[in-house]
Amino acid sequence: SLTISFPPHPPVSPISLFLPSLCISHHSLPHPFSLRHPPPSLPYLSFYYLSLPPQFHNLQELRQSPSLATKVFIQRDYSEGTVCRFQTKFPSELGSRIERTLFEDTVKTLNTYYAEAEKVGGQSYMEGCLACATAYFIFLCMETRYEKVLKKISGYIQEQNEKIYAPRGLLLTDPVERGMRVIEVSVFEDRGSSGSSPSSNVSSGISQR
Amino acid sequence: MSAVMITRKVRKWEKLPGKNTFCCDGRVMMARQKGVFYLTVFLIVGTCSLFFAFECPYLATHLSPAIPVFAIVLFLFVMAMLLRTSFSDPGVLPRALPEEATFIEMEIEAANGNVPAGQRPPPRIRNVQINGQIVKLKYCYTCKIFRPPRASHCSICDNCVDRFDHHCPWVGNCVGKRNYRYFYLFTLSLSLLTIYIFTFAIVHVVMRSVDSGFVKTLQDTPGTVLEVLVCFFTLWSVVGLTGFHSYLISLNQTTNEDIKGSWSGKNRLQNPYSHKNIVKNCCEVLCGPAYPSVLDRRGLTQDDVPVPASTTTQSNSVPQTTKTTAPLIPNEHTPDDAKSSIADSAIAHAEKISPSPKEEKPPTPAKVPPLASPETDVEASIIIAKEKAL
Repeated sequence: SLTISFPPHPPVSPISLFLPSLCISHHSLPHPFSLRHPPPSLPYLSFYYLSLPPQFHNLQELRQSPSLATKVFIQRDYSEGTVCRFQTKFPSELGSRIERTLFEDTVKTLNTYYAEAEKVGGQSYMEGCLACATAYFIFLCMETRYEKVLKKISGYIQEQNEKIYAPRGLLLTDPVERGMRVIEVSVFEDRGSSGSSPSSNVSSGISQR
Repeated sequence: MSAVMITRKVRKWEKLPGKNTFCCDGRVMMARQKGVFYLTVFLIVGTCSLFFAFECPYLATHLSPAIPVFAIVLFLFVMAMLLRTSFSDPGVLPRALPEEATFIEMEIEAANGNVPAGQRPPPRIRNVQINGQIVKLKYCYTCKIFRPPRASHCSICDNCVDRFDHHCPWVGNCVGKRNYRYFYLFTLSLSLLTIYIFTFAIVHVVMRSVDSGFVKTLQDTPGTVLEVLVCFFTLWSVVGLTGFHSYLISLNQTTNEDIKGSWSGKNRLQNPYSHKNIVKNCCEVLCGPAYPSVLDRRGLTQDDVPVPASTTTQSNSVPQTTKTTAPLIPNEHTPDDAKSSIADSAIAHAEKISPSPKEEKPPTPAKVPPLASPETDVEASIIIAKEKAL
Protein backbone atom coordinates (compact mmCIF):
# COMPACT_ATOMS: atom_id res chain seq x y z
CA SER A 1 0.00 0.00 0.00
CA LEU A 2 1.06 3.46 -0.68
CA THR A 3 -0.09 4.79 2.63
CA ILE A 4 2.57 6.54 4.45
CA SER A 5 2.42 5.73 8.07
CA PHE A 6 3.40 8.27 10.58
CA PRO A 7 4.47 7.61 14.09
CA PRO A 8 1.87 8.40 16.67
CA HIS A 9 4.19 10.93 18.22
CA PRO A 10 3.34 14.42 17.04
CA PRO A 11 5.64 15.41 14.24
CA VAL A 12 6.53 18.68 15.82
CA SER A 13 9.21 17.51 18.15
CA PRO A 14 11.35 19.71 20.33
CA ILE A 15 14.37 18.97 18.22
CA SER A 16 12.77 20.64 15.27
CA LEU A 17 12.28 23.76 17.32
CA PHE A 18 15.94 24.02 18.13
CA LEU A 19 17.78 22.53 15.25
CA PRO A 20 16.59 24.98 12.62
CA SER A 21 18.12 27.77 14.60
CA LEU A 22 21.29 25.80 15.01
CA CYS A 23 21.59 24.58 11.50
CA ILE A 24 20.97 27.78 9.65
CA SER A 25 24.21 28.46 8.00
CA HIS A 26 25.55 31.87 7.35
CA HIS A 27 23.61 32.29 4.16
CA SER A 28 25.52 35.22 2.90
CA LEU A 29 28.43 37.14 4.23
CA PRO A 30 26.76 40.50 3.99
CA HIS A 31 28.64 42.93 1.92
CA PRO A 32 27.20 46.25 0.86
CA PHE A 33 28.24 45.96 -2.73
CA SER A 34 28.32 42.24 -3.06
CA LEU A 35 26.73 40.69 -6.06
CA ARG A 36 27.92 37.22 -5.34
CA HIS A 37 25.63 34.34 -4.65
CA PRO A 38 25.69 33.28 -1.05
CA PRO A 39 28.13 30.53 -0.25
CA PRO A 40 26.59 27.09 -0.23
CA SER A 41 24.65 26.69 2.97
CA LEU A 42 24.15 23.51 4.89
CA PRO A 43 20.63 22.62 3.88
CA TYR A 44 21.29 18.96 3.64
CA LEU A 45 22.75 18.95 7.08
CA SER A 46 19.65 20.66 8.47
CA PHE A 47 17.49 18.13 6.74
CA TYR A 48 19.67 15.38 8.04
CA TYR A 49 19.18 16.54 11.57
CA LEU A 50 15.53 17.29 11.24
CA SER A 51 14.70 14.00 9.71
CA LEU A 52 17.05 11.81 11.68
CA PRO A 53 18.22 12.46 15.15
CA PRO A 54 21.98 12.51 15.36
CA GLN A 55 22.59 9.23 17.04
CA PHE A 56 19.74 7.20 15.62
CA HIS A 57 19.69 5.68 12.25
CA ASN A 58 16.30 4.15 11.93
CA LEU A 59 12.86 5.55 11.89
CA GLN A 60 11.62 3.46 14.78
CA GLU A 61 13.77 5.32 17.17
CA LEU A 62 12.54 8.54 15.65
CA ARG A 63 9.71 8.23 18.08
CA GLN A 64 11.99 8.92 20.93
CA SER A 65 13.29 12.08 19.33
CA PRO A 66 16.29 13.44 21.18
CA SER A 67 15.81 16.67 22.93
CA LEU A 68 18.22 19.38 23.73
CA ALA A 69 19.61 18.97 27.19
CA THR A 70 21.88 21.97 27.39
CA LYS A 71 24.22 24.22 25.48
CA VAL A 72 27.82 24.83 26.33
CA PHE A 73 29.55 27.98 25.18
CA ILE A 74 33.26 28.04 24.50
CA GLN A 75 34.45 31.57 25.11
CA ARG A 76 37.01 33.64 23.31
CA ASP A 77 40.61 33.69 24.41
CA TYR A 78 41.84 37.29 24.47
CA SER A 79 45.29 36.64 25.83
CA GLU A 80 46.90 37.55 22.52
CA GLY A 81 44.76 40.57 21.78
CA THR A 82 41.70 40.93 19.66
CA VAL A 83 42.58 38.19 17.19
CA CYS A 84 39.97 35.49 16.98
CA ARG A 85 40.95 32.63 19.27
CA PHE A 86 38.86 30.30 21.37
CA GLN A 87 39.73 28.83 24.71
CA THR A 88 40.92 25.28 24.47
CA LYS A 89 40.00 24.57 28.07
CA PHE A 90 37.81 21.48 28.12
CA PRO A 91 34.41 22.30 29.63
CA SER A 92 33.29 20.02 32.42
CA GLU A 93 29.80 19.61 31.01
CA LEU A 94 31.18 17.68 28.07
CA GLY A 95 33.27 15.45 30.26
CA SER A 96 31.26 12.32 29.75
CA ARG A 97 30.29 12.88 26.14
CA ILE A 98 33.50 13.31 24.24
CA GLU A 99 37.18 12.68 24.63
CA ARG A 100 39.20 15.65 25.72
CA THR A 101 41.79 15.30 22.98
CA LEU A 102 39.24 15.22 20.19
CA PHE A 103 37.58 18.33 21.41
CA GLU A 104 40.81 20.21 21.97
CA ASP A 105 41.99 19.23 18.51
CA THR A 106 38.86 20.71 17.00
CA VAL A 107 39.27 23.99 18.81
CA LYS A 108 42.97 24.19 18.03
CA THR A 109 42.33 23.58 14.35
CA LEU A 110 39.70 26.30 14.36
CA ASN A 111 42.16 28.64 16.02
CA THR A 112 44.75 28.00 13.35
CA TYR A 113 42.19 28.68 10.66
CA TYR A 114 41.28 32.00 12.23
CA ALA A 115 44.93 32.90 12.70
CA GLU A 116 45.49 32.24 9.03
CA ALA A 117 42.56 34.46 8.12
CA GLU A 118 43.70 37.33 10.29
CA LYS A 119 47.39 37.17 9.56
CA VAL A 120 48.78 40.61 8.76
CA GLY A 121 51.45 39.73 6.28
CA GLY A 122 52.47 39.85 2.66
CA GLN A 123 49.23 38.56 1.25
CA SER A 124 47.02 40.87 3.25
CA TYR A 125 49.16 43.87 2.23
CA MET A 126 48.83 42.93 -1.41
CA GLU A 127 45.13 42.49 -1.07
CA GLY A 128 44.78 45.78 0.78
CA CYS A 129 46.87 47.81 -1.65
CA LEU A 130 45.21 46.33 -4.70
CA ALA A 131 41.80 46.94 -3.23
CA CYS A 132 42.66 50.51 -2.30
CA ALA A 133 43.96 51.20 -5.79
CA THR A 134 40.62 50.14 -7.21
CA ALA A 135 38.70 52.08 -4.56
CA TYR A 136 37.65 48.71 -3.11
CA PHE A 137 35.51 47.94 -6.12
CA ILE A 138 37.52 44.79 -6.57
CA PHE A 139 35.68 43.32 -3.60
CA LEU A 140 32.63 43.17 -5.81
CA CYS A 141 34.17 40.42 -7.89
CA MET A 142 36.76 38.95 -5.60
CA GLU A 143 36.31 37.10 -2.38
CA THR A 144 38.45 38.36 0.45
CA ARG A 145 40.89 35.99 2.06
CA TYR A 146 38.92 36.04 5.28
CA GLU A 147 35.76 34.97 3.49
CA LYS A 148 37.61 32.10 1.83
CA VAL A 149 38.89 30.90 5.17
CA LEU A 150 35.43 31.20 6.70
CA LYS A 151 34.14 28.89 4.00
CA LYS A 152 36.85 26.41 4.83
CA ILE A 153 35.94 26.65 8.48
CA SER A 154 32.31 26.04 7.70
CA GLY A 155 33.22 22.91 5.79
CA TYR A 156 35.50 21.76 8.57
CA ILE A 157 32.83 22.19 11.24
CA GLN A 158 30.33 20.33 9.11
CA GLU A 159 32.78 17.47 8.70
CA GLN A 160 33.56 17.39 12.40
CA ASN A 161 29.87 17.35 13.23
CA GLU A 162 29.23 14.43 10.93
CA LYS A 163 32.20 12.36 11.95
CA ILE A 164 32.77 13.05 15.59
CA TYR A 165 30.10 15.11 17.29
CA ALA A 166 26.84 13.81 15.90
CA PRO A 167 27.53 10.20 16.88
CA ARG A 168 28.08 11.45 20.41
CA GLY A 169 24.91 13.49 20.54
CA LEU A 170 26.63 16.84 20.22
CA LEU A 171 26.42 19.61 17.65
CA LEU A 172 28.85 22.42 16.99
CA THR A 173 27.60 25.74 15.72
CA ASP A 174 29.83 27.79 13.48
CA PRO A 175 31.04 30.77 15.57
CA VAL A 176 30.29 33.13 12.71
CA GLU A 177 26.60 32.58 13.41
CA ARG A 178 27.10 33.78 16.98
CA GLY A 179 29.05 36.90 16.12
CA MET A 180 32.42 35.14 16.54
CA ARG A 181 31.92 35.36 20.28
CA VAL A 182 31.44 31.75 21.23
CA ILE A 183 31.52 28.23 19.90
CA GLU A 184 28.11 26.89 20.82
CA VAL A 185 28.04 23.18 21.57
CA SER A 186 24.56 21.77 21.79
CA VAL A 187 24.35 18.74 24.01
CA PHE A 188 21.50 16.43 23.23
CA GLU A 189 19.92 14.05 25.62
CA ASP A 190 21.76 10.77 25.66
CA ARG A 191 18.85 8.44 25.02
CA GLY A 192 20.80 5.25 24.69
CA SER A 193 18.89 2.51 26.38
CA SER A 194 17.61 4.25 29.43
CA GLY A 195 15.06 6.97 29.40
CA SER A 196 17.00 9.55 31.25
CA SER A 197 15.39 12.77 32.25
CA PRO A 198 16.37 15.87 30.31
CA SER A 199 18.34 17.72 32.90
CA SER A 200 19.86 14.82 34.68
CA ASN A 201 23.26 14.87 33.15
CA VAL A 202 24.51 18.33 33.81
CA SER A 203 25.03 20.14 37.06
CA SER A 204 24.86 23.57 35.58
CA GLY A 205 22.67 22.49 32.76
CA ILE A 206 20.11 24.83 31.46
CA SER A 207 16.74 23.34 30.86
CA GLN A 208 15.58 24.49 27.51
CA ARG A 209 11.93 23.91 28.13
CA MET B 1 -0.14 21.51 -1.92
CA SER B 2 -0.31 20.44 1.64
CA ALA B 3 0.92 23.57 3.39
CA VAL B 4 -1.94 25.82 4.17
CA MET B 5 0.19 28.87 4.41
CA ILE B 6 1.87 30.65 1.55
CA THR B 7 4.69 32.51 3.09
CA ARG B 8 6.60 35.58 2.22
CA LYS B 9 10.31 35.34 2.67
CA VAL B 10 11.45 37.50 5.52
CA ARG B 11 15.08 38.46 5.62
CA LYS B 12 16.87 38.74 8.90
CA TRP B 13 17.49 42.45 8.63
CA GLU B 14 13.78 43.08 9.08
CA LYS B 15 13.95 41.52 12.52
CA LEU B 16 17.23 42.89 13.74
CA PRO B 17 17.11 44.86 16.97
CA GLY B 18 18.87 48.16 17.09
CA LYS B 19 18.15 51.50 15.53
CA ASN B 20 19.56 51.03 12.07
CA THR B 21 17.91 51.61 8.76
CA PHE B 22 18.42 49.14 5.97
CA CYS B 23 18.12 49.64 2.25
CA CYS B 24 18.38 47.50 -0.87
CA ASP B 25 16.96 44.47 0.92
CA GLY B 26 19.56 44.50 3.64
CA ARG B 27 22.62 45.31 1.59
CA VAL B 28 22.90 48.86 2.89
CA MET B 29 23.06 49.62 6.60
CA MET B 30 22.98 53.08 8.11
CA ALA B 31 22.02 54.93 11.25
CA ARG B 32 18.58 56.35 11.65
CA GLN B 33 19.43 60.04 11.35
CA LYS B 34 20.73 60.60 7.88
CA GLY B 35 20.20 64.34 7.50
CA VAL B 36 23.82 65.32 8.04
CA PHE B 37 24.94 62.61 5.64
CA TYR B 38 22.83 64.14 2.90
CA LEU B 39 24.41 67.49 3.71
CA THR B 40 27.87 65.97 3.34
CA VAL B 41 26.99 64.51 -0.03
CA PHE B 42 25.45 67.78 -1.13
CA LEU B 43 28.48 69.81 -0.11
CA ILE B 44 30.95 67.54 -1.83
CA VAL B 45 28.96 67.09 -5.02
CA GLY B 46 27.94 70.73 -5.12
CA THR B 47 31.42 72.12 -4.64
CA CYS B 48 32.92 69.76 -7.19
CA SER B 49 30.22 70.59 -9.71
CA LEU B 50 30.99 74.27 -9.33
CA PHE B 51 34.68 73.50 -9.77
CA PHE B 52 34.08 71.51 -12.94
CA ALA B 53 31.72 74.13 -14.29
CA PHE B 54 33.68 77.29 -13.60
CA GLU B 55 37.34 76.52 -13.10
CA CYS B 56 38.06 73.48 -15.18
CA PRO B 57 37.42 74.85 -18.66
CA TYR B 58 39.80 77.73 -18.05
CA LEU B 59 42.45 75.66 -16.32
CA ALA B 60 42.30 72.86 -18.87
CA THR B 61 43.04 75.26 -21.68
CA HIS B 62 45.41 77.60 -19.94
CA LEU B 63 47.33 75.21 -17.73
CA SER B 64 46.86 71.52 -18.34
CA PRO B 65 44.05 69.10 -19.09
CA ALA B 66 45.40 66.82 -16.41
CA ILE B 67 43.98 69.11 -13.76
CA PRO B 68 40.30 68.31 -14.27
CA VAL B 69 41.13 64.64 -14.92
CA PHE B 70 42.88 64.32 -11.59
CA ALA B 71 40.04 66.21 -9.94
CA ILE B 72 37.53 63.74 -11.34
CA VAL B 73 39.54 60.76 -10.14
CA LEU B 74 39.89 62.27 -6.70
CA PHE B 75 36.20 63.15 -6.55
CA LEU B 76 35.18 59.60 -7.50
CA PHE B 77 37.52 58.15 -4.90
CA VAL B 78 36.10 60.44 -2.22
CA MET B 79 32.53 59.47 -3.06
CA ALA B 80 33.39 55.76 -3.17
CA MET B 81 35.00 55.95 0.26
CA LEU B 82 32.14 57.97 1.69
CA LEU B 83 29.52 55.57 0.43
CA ARG B 84 31.47 52.57 1.59
CA THR B 85 31.85 54.04 5.06
CA SER B 86 28.21 54.99 5.27
CA PHE B 87 26.67 51.88 3.84
CA SER B 88 28.71 49.11 5.36
CA ASP B 89 28.32 47.28 8.60
CA PRO B 90 30.80 48.91 11.01
CA GLY B 91 31.32 45.64 12.88
CA VAL B 92 28.08 45.26 14.77
CA LEU B 93 28.06 42.41 17.25
CA PRO B 94 24.82 40.49 17.15
CA ARG B 95 22.99 40.27 20.44
CA ALA B 96 23.16 37.14 22.49
CA LEU B 97 20.47 34.57 21.89
CA PRO B 98 18.45 33.61 24.97
CA GLU B 99 20.46 30.49 25.75
CA GLU B 100 23.74 32.33 25.63
CA ALA B 101 22.35 35.17 27.74
CA THR B 102 21.12 32.72 30.35
CA PHE B 103 24.46 30.93 30.37
CA ILE B 104 26.28 34.20 30.99
CA GLU B 105 23.84 35.18 33.73
CA MET B 106 24.44 31.93 35.50
CA GLU B 107 28.18 32.37 35.26
CA ILE B 108 27.88 35.86 36.73
CA GLU B 109 25.73 34.66 39.58
CA ALA B 110 28.12 31.85 40.29
CA ALA B 111 31.03 34.27 40.31
CA ASN B 112 29.29 36.80 42.55
CA GLY B 113 28.16 34.31 45.11
CA ASN B 114 25.39 35.29 47.49
CA VAL B 115 24.70 38.97 47.63
CA PRO B 116 23.01 39.93 50.90
CA ALA B 117 19.59 41.41 50.42
CA GLY B 118 19.61 45.19 50.19
CA GLN B 119 23.14 45.36 48.85
CA ARG B 120 23.86 46.24 45.28
CA PRO B 121 25.40 43.40 43.34
CA PRO B 122 28.94 44.08 42.18
CA PRO B 123 29.34 45.53 38.68
CA ARG B 124 29.51 42.96 35.97
CA ILE B 125 33.11 42.97 34.90
CA ARG B 126 35.33 40.27 33.57
CA ASN B 127 39.09 40.67 33.78
CA VAL B 128 41.21 39.31 30.99
CA GLN B 129 44.89 39.54 30.46
CA ILE B 130 45.97 40.81 27.11
CA ASN B 131 49.65 40.85 26.29
CA GLY B 132 50.45 41.01 29.96
CA GLN B 133 48.01 43.78 30.79
CA ILE B 134 44.75 43.41 32.69
CA VAL B 135 41.82 44.68 30.66
CA LYS B 136 38.32 44.91 32.06
CA LEU B 137 35.50 43.66 29.88
CA LYS B 138 32.21 45.28 30.66
CA TYR B 139 28.83 43.63 30.46
CA CYS B 140 26.33 45.16 28.04
CA TYR B 141 22.83 45.06 29.50
CA THR B 142 21.23 45.71 26.14
CA CYS B 143 23.06 43.10 24.12
CA LYS B 144 23.46 40.72 27.06
CA ILE B 145 27.09 39.98 26.32
CA PHE B 146 30.44 40.77 27.80
CA ARG B 147 31.82 43.17 25.27
CA PRO B 148 35.01 42.00 23.58
CA PRO B 149 37.99 44.24 24.15
CA ARG B 150 37.75 47.53 22.26
CA ALA B 151 34.07 47.03 21.58
CA SER B 152 31.60 49.62 22.77
CA HIS B 153 27.89 50.14 22.68
CA CYS B 154 26.69 52.95 20.45
CA SER B 155 23.64 54.53 22.00
CA ILE B 156 22.59 56.17 18.76
CA CYS B 157 22.50 52.94 16.81
CA ASP B 158 21.77 50.81 19.87
CA ASN B 159 24.34 48.20 18.90
CA CYS B 160 27.60 46.95 20.28
CA VAL B 161 30.26 47.65 17.68
CA ASP B 162 33.60 45.90 17.54
CA ARG B 163 36.64 48.19 17.77
CA PHE B 164 34.25 51.09 18.18
CA ASP B 165 35.81 54.37 17.13
CA HIS B 166 32.97 56.87 17.18
CA HIS B 167 29.58 57.54 15.69
CA CYS B 168 30.00 59.97 12.84
CA PRO B 169 26.87 61.92 11.87
CA TRP B 170 28.62 63.24 8.76
CA VAL B 171 28.73 59.76 7.30
CA GLY B 172 25.52 58.69 8.99
CA ASN B 173 26.99 55.56 10.54
CA CYS B 174 29.20 54.27 13.30
CA VAL B 175 32.89 53.91 12.56
CA GLY B 176 34.18 50.57 13.76
CA LYS B 177 36.45 47.74 12.88
CA ARG B 178 35.08 47.07 9.43
CA ASN B 179 34.81 50.55 8.04
CA TYR B 180 37.56 52.44 9.87
CA ARG B 181 40.00 52.28 6.99
CA TYR B 182 37.35 53.52 4.57
CA PHE B 183 36.58 56.38 6.95
CA TYR B 184 40.25 57.28 7.21
CA LEU B 185 40.72 57.14 3.46
CA PHE B 186 37.61 59.28 3.09
CA THR B 187 38.95 62.00 5.37
CA LEU B 188 42.38 61.78 3.75
CA SER B 189 41.11 61.99 0.20
CA LEU B 190 38.61 64.68 1.13
CA SER B 191 41.46 66.73 2.61
CA LEU B 192 43.39 66.33 -0.63
CA LEU B 193 40.33 67.23 -2.68
CA THR B 194 39.61 70.29 -0.57
CA ILE B 195 43.19 71.49 -0.78
CA TYR B 196 43.21 70.78 -4.51
CA ILE B 197 40.03 72.71 -5.24
CA PHE B 198 41.03 75.55 -2.95
CA THR B 199 44.43 75.86 -4.55
CA PHE B 200 43.22 75.76 -8.11
CA ALA B 201 40.33 78.10 -7.43
CA ILE B 202 42.84 80.65 -6.16
CA VAL B 203 45.17 79.97 -9.09
CA HIS B 204 42.29 80.43 -11.47
CA VAL B 205 41.23 83.72 -9.92
CA VAL B 206 44.78 85.00 -9.97
CA MET B 207 45.39 83.99 -13.57
CA ARG B 208 42.12 85.40 -14.78
CA SER B 209 42.52 88.60 -12.82
CA VAL B 210 45.82 89.20 -14.55
CA ASP B 211 43.98 89.06 -17.86
CA SER B 212 40.62 90.61 -17.07
CA GLY B 213 40.76 92.21 -13.68
CA PHE B 214 39.62 91.00 -10.34
CA VAL B 215 36.04 92.24 -10.29
CA LYS B 216 35.29 90.99 -13.78
CA THR B 217 36.70 87.58 -12.87
CA LEU B 218 34.35 87.30 -9.99
CA GLN B 219 31.46 88.33 -12.18
CA ASP B 220 32.40 85.75 -14.82
CA THR B 221 32.77 82.89 -12.38
CA PRO B 222 30.57 83.52 -9.35
CA GLY B 223 30.88 79.92 -8.30
CA THR B 224 34.48 80.47 -7.34
CA VAL B 225 33.55 82.56 -4.34
CA LEU B 226 31.30 79.86 -3.00
CA GLU B 227 33.92 77.17 -3.57
CA VAL B 228 36.61 79.12 -1.82
CA LEU B 229 34.38 79.75 1.17
CA VAL B 230 33.30 76.14 1.52
CA CYS B 231 36.80 74.85 1.04
CA PHE B 232 38.27 77.28 3.51
CA PHE B 233 35.99 76.22 6.32
CA THR B 234 36.09 72.55 5.40
CA LEU B 235 39.86 72.57 5.24
CA TRP B 236 40.42 73.25 8.89
CA SER B 237 38.04 70.60 10.15
CA VAL B 238 38.81 67.82 7.67
CA VAL B 239 42.55 68.27 7.63
CA GLY B 240 42.53 68.46 11.39
CA LEU B 241 40.50 65.29 11.60
CA THR B 242 42.82 63.48 9.21
CA GLY B 243 45.80 64.52 11.27
CA PHE B 244 44.10 63.35 14.47
CA HIS B 245 43.25 59.96 13.01
CA SER B 246 46.74 59.55 11.60
CA TYR B 247 48.01 60.07 15.12
CA LEU B 248 45.56 57.50 16.48
CA ILE B 249 46.49 54.97 13.83
CA SER B 250 50.18 55.33 14.56
CA LEU B 251 49.42 54.47 18.17
CA ASN B 252 46.79 51.85 17.34
CA GLN B 253 44.15 53.58 19.43
CA THR B 254 40.53 54.33 18.84
CA THR B 255 38.84 57.71 19.32
CA ASN B 256 36.78 56.12 22.06
CA GLU B 257 39.88 55.04 23.98
CA ASP B 258 41.50 58.40 23.43
CA ILE B 259 38.53 60.30 24.77
CA LYS B 260 38.22 58.05 27.80
CA GLY B 261 41.94 58.17 28.41
CA SER B 262 42.18 54.41 28.62
CA TRP B 263 45.84 54.24 27.69
CA SER B 264 46.93 57.68 28.75
CA GLY B 265 49.69 56.26 30.89
CA LYS B 266 48.26 56.87 34.32
CA ASN B 267 48.22 53.85 36.58
CA ARG B 268 50.91 52.51 34.26
CA LEU B 269 48.30 51.42 31.78
CA GLN B 270 49.85 50.91 28.40
CA ASN B 271 48.06 50.14 25.21
CA PRO B 272 48.25 46.36 24.92
CA TYR B 273 47.22 46.40 21.27
CA SER B 274 50.01 48.60 20.03
CA HIS B 275 53.01 46.99 18.38
CA LYS B 276 55.17 49.87 19.66
CA ASN B 277 56.16 50.52 16.06
CA ILE B 278 54.45 53.17 13.96
CA VAL B 279 54.81 51.31 10.68
CA LYS B 280 53.46 48.10 12.14
CA ASN B 281 50.52 49.88 13.69
CA CYS B 282 49.66 51.62 10.45
CA CYS B 283 49.97 48.40 8.50
CA GLU B 284 47.71 46.56 10.88
CA VAL B 285 44.98 49.16 10.78
CA LEU B 286 45.11 50.06 7.12
CA CYS B 287 46.42 46.92 5.46
CA GLY B 288 44.96 44.33 7.74
CA PRO B 289 42.50 41.73 6.54
CA ALA B 290 39.08 42.85 5.40
CA TYR B 291 36.82 41.52 8.11
CA PRO B 292 33.51 40.06 6.99
CA SER B 293 30.31 41.03 8.67
CA VAL B 294 29.02 38.75 11.40
CA LEU B 295 25.61 40.32 11.29
CA ASP B 296 23.59 38.19 8.95
CA ARG B 297 21.33 40.66 7.23
CA ARG B 298 20.28 38.88 4.08
CA GLY B 299 19.71 35.42 5.46
CA LEU B 300 16.16 34.16 5.59
CA THR B 301 14.43 33.87 8.92
CA GLN B 302 12.65 30.74 10.02
CA ASP B 303 9.43 32.37 10.98
CA ASP B 304 7.93 33.41 7.71
CA VAL B 305 4.99 35.74 7.44
CA PRO B 306 1.95 33.66 6.65
CA VAL B 307 -0.29 34.69 3.83
CA PRO B 308 -3.41 32.55 3.88
CA ALA B 309 -4.30 30.54 0.84
CA SER B 310 -7.50 31.53 -0.92
CA THR B 311 -9.95 28.74 -0.14
CA THR B 312 -8.59 27.52 3.13
CA THR B 313 -10.60 27.51 6.26
CA GLN B 314 -7.96 28.67 8.61
CA SER B 315 -8.03 26.25 11.40
CA ASN B 316 -4.34 26.06 11.74
CA SER B 317 -3.39 28.34 14.54
CA VAL B 318 -0.16 26.56 15.28
CA PRO B 319 2.62 27.65 12.95
CA GLN B 320 4.32 24.76 11.36
CA THR B 321 7.91 24.64 12.35
CA THR B 322 8.65 21.55 10.40
CA LYS B 323 7.47 23.13 7.25
CA THR B 324 10.88 23.13 5.70
CA THR B 325 11.25 19.40 5.60
CA ALA B 326 7.83 18.02 5.63
CA PRO B 327 5.48 18.49 2.80
CA LEU B 328 4.12 15.15 3.83
CA ILE B 329 3.74 15.76 7.50
CA PRO B 330 0.11 16.49 8.06
CA ASN B 331 -1.28 19.45 9.86
CA GLU B 332 -1.51 18.85 13.54
CA HIS B 333 -4.71 20.44 14.51
CA THR B 334 -7.74 19.75 12.50
CA PRO B 335 -11.25 20.79 13.25
CA ASP B 336 -13.63 18.16 14.32
CA ASP B 337 -16.29 19.48 12.11
CA ALA B 338 -14.95 17.83 9.04
CA LYS B 339 -17.72 17.49 6.64
CA SER B 340 -18.62 14.02 5.64
CA SER B 341 -18.91 15.04 2.04
CA ILE B 342 -15.39 16.30 2.03
CA ALA B 343 -14.25 13.17 3.73
CA ASP B 344 -15.94 11.08 1.12
CA SER B 345 -14.46 13.03 -1.72
CA ALA B 346 -11.05 12.86 -0.22
CA ILE B 347 -11.35 9.18 0.24
CA ALA B 348 -12.61 8.86 -3.25
CA HIS B 349 -9.68 10.75 -4.62
CA ALA B 350 -7.10 8.92 -2.66
CA GLU B 351 -5.33 6.35 -4.70
CA LYS B 352 -4.90 3.78 -2.05
CA ILE B 353 -6.57 3.61 1.28
CA SER B 354 -5.42 1.16 3.87
CA PRO B 355 -8.29 -0.79 5.15
CA SER B 356 -9.13 -0.17 8.75
CA PRO B 357 -12.22 -0.21 10.81
CA LYS B 358 -14.11 3.00 10.58
CA GLU B 359 -15.64 4.02 13.85
CA GLU B 360 -17.26 7.21 12.74
CA LYS B 361 -18.00 8.37 9.29
CA PRO B 362 -16.56 11.88 9.14
CA PRO B 363 -13.05 11.41 10.40
CA THR B 364 -10.76 9.67 8.06
CA PRO B 365 -10.05 6.08 8.69
CA ALA B 366 -6.61 6.32 7.24
CA LYS B 367 -3.98 8.79 6.43
CA VAL B 368 -4.60 10.23 3.06
CA PRO B 369 -1.35 11.33 1.57
CA PRO B 370 -1.78 14.89 0.43
CA LEU B 371 0.02 14.19 -2.79
CA ALA B 372 -2.55 11.64 -3.70
CA SER B 373 -5.37 14.11 -3.93
CA PRO B 374 -4.17 17.22 -5.61
CA GLU B 375 -7.56 18.57 -6.46
CA THR B 376 -8.87 18.65 -2.98
CA ASP B 377 -5.57 19.33 -1.30
CA VAL B 378 -6.96 22.00 0.92
CA GLU B 379 -9.90 19.95 2.04
CA ALA B 380 -7.81 16.87 2.34
CA SER B 381 -5.40 18.60 4.59
CA ILE B 382 -8.23 19.63 6.85
CA ILE B 383 -9.41 16.08 7.09
CA ILE B 384 -6.13 14.48 7.85
CA ALA B 385 -6.08 13.74 11.51
CA LYS B 386 -3.23 12.74 13.66
CA GLU B 387 -4.94 9.98 15.58
CA LYS B 388 -4.82 7.06 13.26
CA ALA B 389 -1.55 5.68 12.17
CA LEU B 390 -1.10 2.89 9.84
